[in-house]
Amino acid sequence: MQTNITASSYKELEQKSKVTNMLLRWFLYFVLILFASYFIFPLYVMVVTSLKTMEEIRQGTLLTWPSALNFESWAVAWGGRGYGAGDTFLKPYFWNSIKMVIPAVFFSTFIGAITGYVLTKWRFKGDQWIFLFLLFGCFIPFQAILLPMARTLGVLGISNSILGLVVVHTVYGIPFTTLFFRNYYVSIPTELVKAARIDGAGFFKIFFKILLPISAPIIVVTVIWQFTQIWNDFLFGSTFSFGEAAPIQVALNNMVLSSTSVKEYNVDMASAIIAGIPTLIVYVLAGKYFIRGLTSGAVKG
Amino acid sequence: MLKSLEKNLPKIVLAPAVGLISWFVYGFVLWTFYISFTNSKILPKYELWGVGQYVKLWASRKWLIAVDNLLIFTALFLIICIVLGIILAIFLDQKIRAEGVLRTIYLYPMALSFIVTGTAWKWILNPSLGIQKMFIDWGFENFTFDWLVNREMAIYTIVIAGVWQSAGFVMALFLAGLRSVEDEIVKAAKIDGAGLFTVYWKILIPMMRPVFFTSFVILVHISIKSYDLIVALTQGGPGISTTMPALYMTQTAFHKSQVGLSAASAMMMFMAVAAVIIPYLYSELRRENAN
Repeated sequence: MQTNITASSYKELEQKSKVTNMLLRWFLYFVLILFASYFIFPLYVMVVTSLKTMEEIRQGTLLTWPSALNFESWAVAWGGRGYGAGDTFLKPYFWNSIKMVIPAVFFSTFIGAITGYVLTKWRFKGDQWIFLFLLFGCFIPFQAILLPMARTLGVLGISNSILGLVVVHTVYGIPFTTLFFRNYYVSIPTELVKAARIDGAGFFKIFFKILLPISAPIIVVTVIWQFTQIWNDFLFGSTFSFGEAAPIQVALNNMVLSSTSVKEYNVDMASAIIAGIPTLIVYVLAGKYFIRGLTSGAVKG
Repeated sequence: MLKSLEKNLPKIVLAPAVGLISWFVYGFVLWTFYISFTNSKILPKYELWGVGQYVKLWASRKWLIAVDNLLIFTALFLIICIVLGIILAIFLDQKIRAEGVLRTIYLYPMALSFIVTGTAWKWILNPSLGIQKMFIDWGFENFTFDWLVNREMAIYTIVIAGVWQSAGFVMALFLAGLRSVEDEIVKAAKIDGAGLFTVYWKILIPMMRPVFFTSFVILVHISIKSYDLIVALTQGGPGISTTMPALYMTQTAFHKSQVGLSAASAMMMFMAVAAVIIPYLYSELRRENAN
């Protein structure tokens, strides 16, 4: 049972003969790299495909390196071919997503912060139940709210608009942002708040002058979490918007599914990368915070 | 007057969050629940109709296929993600060089949307130019890999893409769990003569019970809500062979205009999630109170 021995800690291995030790290490690295290639494979295929011409795609295989760095399909994916009707490209929808994500992240984060502040620093009888009441919102399958939400947006006159999506994402982000801030503020000593109150500081002063300045880590986690969730959302985007107001994931899906002419896989792949780049950049730059958010809020599917 | 305003300020500040969630979560779920007992078609009707929609739902071949697919997908997705996650976490925990790079690679799919993931895998799995062609070009002339367009096998392509997206996340959970175990425990076991395999199998893995539990809840939750990935990868096809409950719900509501029926399917999903989540929340809360 080679794997069994491998699955043991390093120190003990040191006591075994050096040769066995080396072989085991090699095996360990072999397995780890094998899986790394499984995870990296689709990204590699996406990038090389996006750089090939359709001719090259038909002649080569998935893994073949492109003959030249050909960014034409990127240009087509982003800006189209310039022939009016039926020419779909991502640029306007990318901006839709930006216009949707910024206010939605801001409002949901702010409401979560102040709610978390009340629930931990201004405790009252039954506040735990209120927290539980809010927390349950993290878990509901959104199918159970789609129908009434569609009607509500209609009544408010904001269906099929970016404003409508901002409202939806803000509301359904609150349970998560509250969870993040509540768990963070719980660990901050209440004495700090009590002392400030004795000094005469009021409710808002304590929040803005004492708690917010030390909240940077959790703000980063929350903003990254909300940004990723909202940017990647498809269910709300595809249900509550169509045509010009659609966010980027919906536009990407429409582009890939449209089968009017010959399938251009290189343009599809360039589009997919464009739609994925903002969240990938965030992940690479702030991976630590990304993972922290993931492990505390990942219940949303 | 001002005094009482100040005294109640915290509760006033709490009001927007509580109000919004009451209305948009609880109110809406109740509305859907009510509508599932009516005979609503394109527009909601508020006249009660009994359990007719639920009878219709469970007599629908498409819904039964959707439930069947959900069971297959959930079982495989859960088992493969957890097994892969544990193996990768244990291996990475052996003072591996470039651990950070490997971890980043295992986890990056989690930053992508299911639409991006689905688009990529759809291209890779398409028989005419994807993996199948790659093997044929390499000289395996009879190689076939047409799961994406094969009614019997298409559901497994969703498993492949789903595992690719989520396994790294389970790895991260287990790695954090393993790292939080005190060194003393492992040392003590070694002094008692426990082998390394025994240390993991008999001590560390059993200690990861809460992590198993969390992964289970999160993965089941993801799979019940699976929607985007199916839309991007198969659109529920070939035919209706990869339909899942979430897809059934939106199609019934927005393409077939059977509002009552789709509300009934949404409530079935809601109950399935509740059955997993309520015990989880209960145990989490108990743990927090115990601390």
